[in-house]
Amino acid sequence: MTWQAGAELAELSFSVTRADLVRYAGAAGDFNPIHWSERVARSVGLPGVIAHGMYTMALAGRALTEWVRDPAAVVSFGTRFARPVEVPDDDVGTTVRVGGRVLSVRDGLATLSLTVTSGDAKVLGATEAVVRC
Amino acid sequence: MSLGTGLVGRTFPPTDPYLVSREKIAEFNLAIGAAPVGGGSTAPLTFPIVVAFPAMAALLADPDAGIELEHVLHRDQRFEQVRPVRAGDRLTATLTVDSVRSLAGVDLVSTRTEVDTTDGEHVVTAYATLVHRDGGP
Repeated sequence: MTWQAGAELAELSFSVTRADLVRYAGAAGDFNPIHWSERVARSVGLPGVIAHGMYTMALAGRALTEWVRDPAAVVSFGTRFARPVEVPDDDVGTTVRVGGRVLSVRDGLATLSLTVTSGDAKVLGATEAVVRC
Repeated sequence: MSLGTGLVGRTFPPTDPYLVSREKIAEFNLAIGAAPVGGGSTAPLTFPIVVAFPAMAALLADPDAGIELEHVLHRDQRFEQVRPVRAGDRLTATLTVDSVRSLAGVDLVSTRTEVDTTDGEHVVTAYATLVHRDGGP
């Protein structure tokens, strides 16, 4: 894959439902009830059930993998959990969008910046990956 | 009560070996909606959390650490990988507390978890910062 500084990466969009969160809880072994119980989520001051931060990061990782094709090319991948992704109890859920841009290319390594949003909110911050090119 | 600096530099014992199966990779891929990579034997990028999470849980459960679970938030996460996790890997996770910083009533606990095969091959390092809010009145 050839990378050029400033190049935009094709935005990908993912839907997230309550069922996805339950499935992810099992797959990741993270059963914190704020990710499946409205009652517990509200009791700790959240607006409702929220996605695991690591689930949202996994969606960003999916986009990254589609862009780089080969996950072995990824040297580092990091993010900050900026805002919770609230997931309503319906069949539609919510949408997470992942865009990206090549920040720099140097010494065989490209640094990518990812933009991860849900609605108008930037839900992940400082999301960057370094990939071999 | 803020966390003591006695935590800094502390390394917890490695987690019990975890054998990565194609079935577990498929389950994780299905959960995040990802297509199989490497014929289904290459794990997705954030998969190492499956192995690192129990190491973090051990830190949170440690009575000497003084961390109260209900006051913890995951602030950030970064993976530095030598290679992706693959089916057949037998992995352990070893967590070290790199730093504890106090900031406006919260403690930022920065951790580094080395994920290695039981043959001693280093596969990935998972860095996480946990925010611990003051639980006192």
